[in-house]
Amino acid sequence: MLAALLLGGVFALLGLLLGWSSIRFKVAGDPLADEIDALLPQTQCAQCGFPGCRPYAEAIARGDAEINLCPPGGEAGVRALAELLGVEPQPLASPPAVRRLAVIDEARCIGCTLCLQACPVDAIVGAARLMHTVIAAECTGCELCLSPCPVDCIRMEPIPQTIADWRWPAPKAA
Amino acid sequence: MAGTKGGMSRLSAFHGGIHLENHKEVSSSGGLRICPIPPRLLFPLLQRYGRNARPLVSVGERVLKGQPIAGGDPAALPPSHASTSGFITAIEDRLLPHPSGLYGPCIVLDADGEDEAVEFAAISDYRALPREELRRRVHAAGIVGMGGAGFPTALKVNPGARAADTLILNCAECEPYITCDDRLMRHASAEVLEGARILMHILQVESCLVGIENDMPEAIEAVESELARGGHRGIEIVPVPAIYPTGSEKLLIRVLTGREVPASGIPANAGVVCQNVATAAAVYRAVLHGEPLLSRIVTVTGGGVPWPGNWLTRIGTPIADLVQRCGGYTQSADRLILGGPMMGFALSSDEAPITKTTNCILVLTAREMAARQPPMPCIRCGACAEACPVELLPQQLYWYSRSDNPERLADHHLADCIECGCCDFVCPSHIPLAQYFRASKSKLAAQRRERDQADQARGRFEARQARKQRELREKAEADKRKKELLRRATSTDKDAGADTGEIGGLAAPPEGPGPSRSARPAQHDETRES
Repeated sequence: MLAALLLGGVFALLGLLLGWSSIRFKVAGDPLADEIDALLPQTQCAQCGFPGCRPYAEAIARGDAEINLCPPGGEAGVRALAELLGVEPQPLASPPAVRRLAVIDEARCIGCTLCLQACPVDAIVGAARLMHTVIAAECTGCELCLSPCPVDCIRMEPIPQTIADWRWPAPKAA
Repeated sequence: MAGTKGGMSRLSAFHGGIHLENHKEVSSSGGLRICPIPPRLLFPLLQRYGRNARPLVSVGERVLKGQPIAGGDPAALPPSHASTSGFITAIEDRLLPHPSGLYGPCIVLDADGEDEAVEFAAISDYRALPREELRRRVHAAGIVGMGGAGFPTALKVNPGARAADTLILNCAECEPYITCDDRLMRHASAEVLEGARILMHILQVESCLVGIENDMPEAIEAVESELARGGHRGIEIVPVPAIYPTGSEKLLIRVLTGREVPASGIPANAGVVCQNVATAAAVYRAVLHGEPLLSRIVTVTGGGVPWPGNWLTRIGTPIADLVQRCGGYTQSADRLILGGPMMGFALSSDEAPITKTTNCILVLTAREMAARQPPMPCIRCGACAEACPVELLPQQLYWYSRSDNPERLADHHLADCIECGCCDFVCPSHIPLAQYFRASKSKLAAQRRERDQADQARGRFEARQARKQRELREKAEADKRKKELLRRATSTDKDAGADTGEIGGLAAPPEGPGPSRSARPAQHDETRES
């Protein structure tokens, strides 16, 4: 009887301690979603079906989404996610996307601001009835500005090779 | 000389390194020749770290020799100067002297043959000027490290909190074929030593060691006789063994002082500032004569040119013009290399110009190149680790480079590799190890850049989300305020008509939580109580 009471008391105490520490040491946010988000390319293109990289990361963390839905991340992105989550890598659901740059044909732009509203990273500047232009350094190449444009004056161009991002080629495999 | 012997006795050694056939005799005789001003000069805007300088001139403008034509943007990058007078005919993309073979913006200057110069502000006593002013003069003269790295000298002689106690002049020209520093020492050792004294004054150091490879007897003799003339207190010449790659900055510091520069540190961490001898001579001319960096000695050598030698060349001279001075290419010329045979890189064309850091134009014949044999599988002999001067394990790095494993590459200190190519040279399987390491390094750098870009995009995306939410909230609040005001307006109208309390009308409307609740007038509660 005494033993049962004692044990019950100890368990109650431990339970209280656990309850207290879960409140006291609560981790803000979702650490797994943060880690997944860190591996995503942050293109914010919504090709995965979620409105941005963060929502996709949260969906993966909840287990609501596959890890192979990100074309800009490519096969390497899937591999990194698989490694983080301890699952088998899967082939990409759609072919990998090469990053390109949105360019506005400024002569044809009518200044409707629709692309400004579509850009997920605020990389387009302009004002109503005034010309718009893309800040090249901020453009993630998500292509979300293409469809809203009523005059089709935005096109995607390959990113020019510069000295700053030139890489030494690897030797041909021995 | 006593100083020399003292120096020899305290030399430290570094691990590995290789003895190479030096081929210095190809270009070392024949004195210093002066390359005439070419009809057209090219000045790339490209600076260190792949950034471009801002042009300070416009097309059609006439410029004078010594006039700044491209400025540092950011200001830490020293300016470029026109090396002769003439007209700016274009600012356009030209082939760059870079391993990528890419084109980039260059200022094109057509010489007018006058060679008219701006007035240089000479001074007689540099000690009378504040040291900050001397550093400013070095910066304004556009001086960068002329040994190859091109680091801005004015920054290097400003070690800040890390006080240096020793200046090292690097004359250990360890790569085969190159003799421009040797020629400079034979020709102008007085200027070099004077420059060393100015640098010692700027840095407030008492001691300067001139490291010269012991297979350059004429240069050593020239410096010794200049030292014997006196007035160079604290400067000491130290012949170092001719082992490749002694001239690598951190290794030379180790050989001369026994001090180890930390892996990711700079020489100032070991109390040392290291300068190339040509840089010291340029500092002398900049500080005392006010003359910017306009020319440099370039070695043109190899079996592919009939008359190899050292040329005092204007910065901006196209390589083609300089090679023409050496008699053009021979029948057997096979490859054009910028720099030495170990660390230089092949150029696809000779259109590119001489820059402040170009020390050598090497034209090799097929026979000299000793045709690279096809690589064979690694036999794990460990010869590369024996040869590596920075004590890495190239064989391990090779596996991790091939399997693309960034963590393991970092564990094995890929970043410390100086890309000297000793491992390639000794590899019995002819594996191009240094090329693997260079490729891995730039791949990792590219991944870091992508990560940074992604972080920036994430920040902007989140900022935008936050802004949109704030806008929605503000709009909702504004709507609510408007409704409230409207309601109040109608209720006061009724109040004016009949004095019976319309309390229910004021208190009843359901309110969501929000700032507007607290913003409601205090009078409201009073009405309820009454």
